Amino acid sequence: MTLNQFLQNLPFFSIMIALISGVVCSVLPGRAAKRVNAGVIVTVAALSAVTLVYTLRTGTYFVYTMGHFPAPWGNEIRAGVLEALTALMFCIVMLLSLMGGYHKLDEEVEQSKVNYYYVLVNLLLTSLLALIYTNDLFTAYVFVEINTIAACGLIMIRQIGRTIEAAVRYMIMNLLGSGLLLLGICMMYGITGHLLMSNIQESVAQLAASGEYHVPLLVSIALMCVGLAIKSALFPFHTWLPDAYGYSTISSAAILSSLVSKGYIFLLIKIIYRVVGYEVFQETHIVNVFFVFGLAGMIFGSLNAIRENDVRRMIAFSSIAQIGYIYMGIGLGSEAGMIAALFHIFSHSASKALVFISTIGMTDMSGYSRKFIRLTGAAYRNVIAGIGFTVASLSMVGVPLFAGFISKLLFAQAGVSNSEGKLLPTMIVLAVSTILNAIYYLKTVIRIYVPSGIKDEPRTVWGANRCYTAAIIGFVVLNFTLGIFSQPFVDMITEGLSMFA
Amino acid sequence: MIDLDKEKAARPSIKERFHTWMEGEQDLYIGELEMRPPKNAPGCGRSDIPESETGKAGKASKRGEGDVLQDIRFRNSRGNLGEISFTDEKESGRLRSQIPETLINMVESTDRLTPAGRRPLKIAFDRAYPVLATVMCIAIVVLLLVTVSWMPPFGSADNPTSNEVAQRYIEQGLTETGAVNIVSGMILDYRAFDTLGESNVLFIATIAVMILMRVDSKEEKEKLSREEEIYTDEKTLEPKNDVIIKTVAFLLVPMLFIFGIYIILCGHLGPGGGFSGGAVIGASLILYANAFGFQRMGKLFTAKTYKVISFCALGFYALAKSYSFFTGANELESIISTGVPGRILSAGLILPLNICVGLVVACTMYSFYVLFRKGGY
Repeated sequence: MTLNQFLQNLPFFSIMIALISGVVCSVLPGRAAKRVNAGVIVTVAALSAVTLVYTLRTGTYFVYTMGHFPAPWGNEIRAGVLEALTALMFCIVMLLSLMGGYHKLDEEVEQSKVNYYYVLVNLLLTSLLALIYTNDLFTAYVFVEINTIAACGLIMIRQIGRTIEAAVRYMIMNLLGSGLLLLGICMMYGITGHLLMSNIQESVAQLAASGEYHVPLLVSIALMCVGLAIKSALFPFHTWLPDAYGYSTISSAAILSSLVSKGYIFLLIKIIYRVVGYEVFQETHIVNVFFVFGLAGMIFGSLNAIRENDVRRMIAFSSIAQIGYIYMGIGLGSEAGMIAALFHIFSHSASKALVFISTIGMTDMSGYSRKFIRLTGAAYRNVIAGIGFTVASLSMVGVPLFAGFISKLLFAQAGVSNSEGKLLPTMIVLAVSTILNAIYYLKTVIRIYVPSGIKDEPRTVWGANRCYTAAIIGFVVLNFTLGIFSQPFVDMITEGLSMFA
Repeated sequence: MIDLDKEKAARPSIKERFHTWMEGEQDLYIGELEMRPPKNAPGCGRSDIPESETGKAGKASKRGEGDVLQDIRFRNSRGNLGEISFTDEKESGRLRSQIPETLINMVESTDRLTPAGRRPLKIAFDRAYPVLATVMCIAIVVLLLVTVSWMPPFGSADNPTSNEVAQRYIEQGLTETGAVNIVSGMILDYRAFDTLGESNVLFIATIAVMILMRVDSKEEKEKLSREEEIYTDEKTLEPKNDVIIKTVAFLLVPMLFIFGIYIILCGHLGPGGGFSGGAVIGASLILYANAFGFQRMGKLFTAKTYKVISFCALGFYALAKSYSFFTGANELESIISTGVPGRILSAGLILPLNICVGLVVACTMYSFYVLFRKGGY
């Protein structure tokens, strides 16, 4: 076996390592499970990085057969630049999110159930990796199920009334989404006879050309899109989101907002390119629906965030606006729009997780209250959290040098080059949404830097919680990396997207 | 508090509202609640809160959340909401970790429940909502029915689904996998990765239910066992010494158990397999627990049993299949042979994997039952 052949095993290894470690964690005590989990995420990140370098070197994707039987009969996974890059980013964000929340986990989760938390996280990582790498529509569905249940567990492991309520809501909405996705996949199988993505694409191209089974094809595509839109909280389907992100333990909130919903969007992009085929998808005009709802989400998510008086829920509502950006990028219906959407997936996961992590440091120093007024002067009480929050806010608003600026720039460029009359709405809504973002994020930044006027306030000691500090520094570095050295990332996404189709 | 209400009703000017928003004291609009507290919950009614000033020291030992809620004092209406004082030091230590957020949220959210805040648009929306939802559902039902009428007819020979994929499963399934039962060959050999994911769905579902239902803290356990005593006296929770159930279970459980094992072991030879056999075994375990009580069941099946079984089964499944995937993908020689079709020890990994799946399914079924019934093994 040559080295090149061996390197093609890495995506398979990363999925299996994550999966086996999930099972192992169930019998380990909490602390050991934590170490195993951290080790697994680092390993998977390293494997993904090697895969990324390998695919960049060879300049092409590779297909890996899961078992003895070739693709239409057996399962198969496929890796290219985009897949490897996404896996790497997801691992980094997941590790940093967990590091930032270790201290809260001990407080908020029952001691005897801590190891279950890491079981959930490991299986969540497995499912994200499988969603990223799979080339089979049904495998994708199986891992969507794991993803949903794991996310639900992550919400309710902190057992207070509102997380249970949020988990119930999350479960209902997400099972509706899963159900619609499954219906769509079944119909697709019924009219094409395949579950392997590349084979479906061939059949769909033939069906679209001949006009046969036109109605089921259209409905099937629509069902898959709506299902995934519900699961990733596109604007009118966002009602499960604020409580789920607002009350769960902080690592869960960071992971849910920055990874889980992004995993579904990645699957959606995969379905658009590899299952339906980009041209056929364009003809269905679903892109326009995405565009409209994306724009609506950008405005209404921000408006809700402005009205909110609870800082965690405010951040949660801001996620809806950011998901709106991504869908707007997909809805632009051009390659540039898709690149912008993919870049925003990365930049948003880097900054949103940072917002959550830094908020917890400030609310903890403000009498555990999340009320806005109590945060006055919180940045002085917890300096590192204040810095983290400021960086993330500036990134969210889209100030140059930060990650958010590049994605907004890419969105604007994609909007300008659009020829279908989407230019004006994109620009107007982008501008309005940026202002709205600035209103609530900068309001919070001002609030945390207003001195509270109370003398001898308790302050966090520098270096008291090294893990937390390291997580915030890591996120800040990640944000600046994405913001300043954005061109290599954009190039990689462009190359990955050309391999993707 | 009443003054505050009047302020709200009077609708302050835009400038004032901006200032209050900027300082985060009050919402710009009076927002609607995400979750309304139950109507008769203690502390929900406005009148409960002023009473807290009198203090309830006498009840310190038996305080529930509602009583603690009454201890939340409103120092003044400006900002210092939810200053908490506990009369009992121990109590405060136990509850402090949970209370600040949940209860303050609850108390503060009752502030927002003023009828004045319900705008006419919102009321109209609430009324129109059921109608719109019904119309939407009917529209989706019609859409799906229309779509189904356009789908290829069920079972027709020239359907798109009867292609080279199904053909190979049927024609070469026996020789390639060694399983007489084609379905077993498909789910555990051709598409084993999907089934590995599927058995992990069961595993993670059990973990999620354990997180939700399992009772670990000592106080809760004591409370639970006390409740159980009360209920068993009334013969509502566990019908102990019920002759009919006991006799039937005595006869049925061994047969069900053996039948389940048979279904699992012969999964590759005939209809059956891990999922169905595991369900039968799980049902027999539940029947046994019902007839003879959890105490006797506890000798056979504890939380540790579940952990060990699921760990061994899923670990073996994942490792064995990893080996098989690895050799398959790299075209290496595999030590697993298909054997002679029709024999009990044949079809390569399918038999051990069926056993693994069966164990996981049986344990999952029984665990769900026990956890929902009494929150622990």
